[in-house]
Amino acid sequence: MAGVARRFATPSGIISALEDFNLTIAEGEFVAIVGPTGCGKSTTLGLVAGLSKPQAGTVSLFGAPVAGIDPRVGFVFQQDALFPWRNVLKNVCAGPLFRGLGKTEAEAQARDWLTRVGLAAFETSFPHQLSGGMKKRVALAQTFINGPRVLLMDEPFSALDVQTRELMQQELLALWEQNKAAVLFVTHDLDEAILLADRVAVLTSRPARVKSVYKIDLPRPRVVGELRFDPRFIAIAQQLHEDLKEEVMKAREAIPA
Amino acid sequence: MTRAYKNKVLFFRILVLVIILGGWEGSTRMGWIDPFFFGQPSGIAAKLYDWTVNGTSIGPLWLQVWVTLYEATIGFLIGSGLGIFCGIVLGRNAFLSDIFSIYIKIGNSIPRVVLGSIFIISLGLGIWSKVALAVVMVFFVVFGNAFQGVREADKNIIANARILGANNWQITTGVVIPSALTWILASLHVSFGFALIGAIVGEFLGAKQGMGLLIATAQGTFDANGVFAAMILVAVVALAMEAILTLAENRLVSWRPEVLRE
Repeated sequence: MAGVARRFATPSGIISALEDFNLTIAEGEFVAIVGPTGCGKSTTLGLVAGLSKPQAGTVSLFGAPVAGIDPRVGFVFQQDALFPWRNVLKNVCAGPLFRGLGKTEAEAQARDWLTRVGLAAFETSFPHQLSGGMKKRVALAQTFINGPRVLLMDEPFSALDVQTRELMQQELLALWEQNKAAVLFVTHDLDEAILLADRVAVLTSRPARVKSVYKIDLPRPRVVGELRFDPRFIAIAQQLHEDLKEEVMKAREAIPA
Repeated sequence: MTRAYKNKVLFFRILVLVIILGGWEGSTRMGWIDPFFFGQPSGIAAKLYDWTVNGTSIGPLWLQVWVTLYEATIGFLIGSGLGIFCGIVLGRNAFLSDIFSIYIKIGNSIPRVVLGSIFIISLGLGIWSKVALAVVMVFFVVFGNAFQGVREADKNIIANARILGANNWQITTGVVIPSALTWILASLHVSFGFALIGAIVGEFLGAKQGMGLLIATAQGTFDANGVFAAMILVAVVALAMEAILTLAENRLVSWRPEVLRE
């Protein structure tokens, strides 16, 4: 497999979230998408996941058009999407069980993933008993256990406090280094995008198009907490801020306050 | 909650009861209200004792309680089973729900007690006419809640399950039903009361045995104490079933956060 290509163009009727949207992601590449609020970032992920269909254009995964939900795709949601009636272990083994794996095997895998995210001691807890960061870890384990080749993340850390977010970013990088899935990471946090991604795509205000794509050639493995103060990081961040500010202003003008 | 607080609550509860019963008893003794029409606590107690020891005019007391409880329970089980099943099927299938929603609305707007007459005619004076009335009383409540519960299931959680690899059946059993369970259980609490009403009204309309017949008989002989005594028995039955349902509910939804108390 040479690369992963996904293209969408969605000129829908009244509100068009995406218009003539082109983006290609290579296998094992980490791409972050930033853009003004409500510009259609989440729409993009829904299309790739197969949760919704484009009105025009094609979305392709591994060279074939997306038709429904692809088993190679993993999705981490912005909101809490754990099953509240299942304990942590059962939440993590949900994927393998849905896919027809035996209970013992699924639980063994789930325990392994819980250990990797540092939650081995909490397997019998229920989601409501966990903190926000812990819930995110369960969500990550739940997604990674299926071994996704394409990982879609919809502002997964936006609800966390700054310290927890940094920890989770680091954790995500560690998990991704092992798994090497192609990642499409939607965020409104520019710093987060630069810290994590190989490339950052800046979207225009609605209807969203890819305005520009920045290559982030900061070395890996990255240490999120240190990189934040690296002059190279700051230079990139400045440049992107200018670019994004323009779009945010446009988005603001479009919506009468 | 401290022990002292609990004792205080208990004390005032008893006090309220003593004031109400004492006031009632006192008023009848003072001749302010007529015990012939309004009954009298001591008379009610005597009646209950008499029924327990000597049996009622229509047979032993336990048999009347048992018959009504039996009818209500069967009606409750069938009605809630059907309600849950139809609620989940229609909740999950937009096409079916578009077809049937109009009939459910019509069915729901009929005063269901009236159906009792039909059931007595078609099913006779035995228990099945009462069971049928209890079923229709229960069905609509449980159906409505199950349907709503299915519709309210979190879209995010469903999307998550779908991406994790769940097929439609797994989503129904693994996501939709557990999340609708809270709604369904809430309706079950109310609906046992409805089943009891169905059974008793059915017995009112025509029966050979049961609490409803007991009340109707007491009413026919201007026995106010008898009506109250039967009412108390019905209340005891309803409370006992409520306690059993609460136990079952706590077992089924043990994942829910506990209510914090100071």
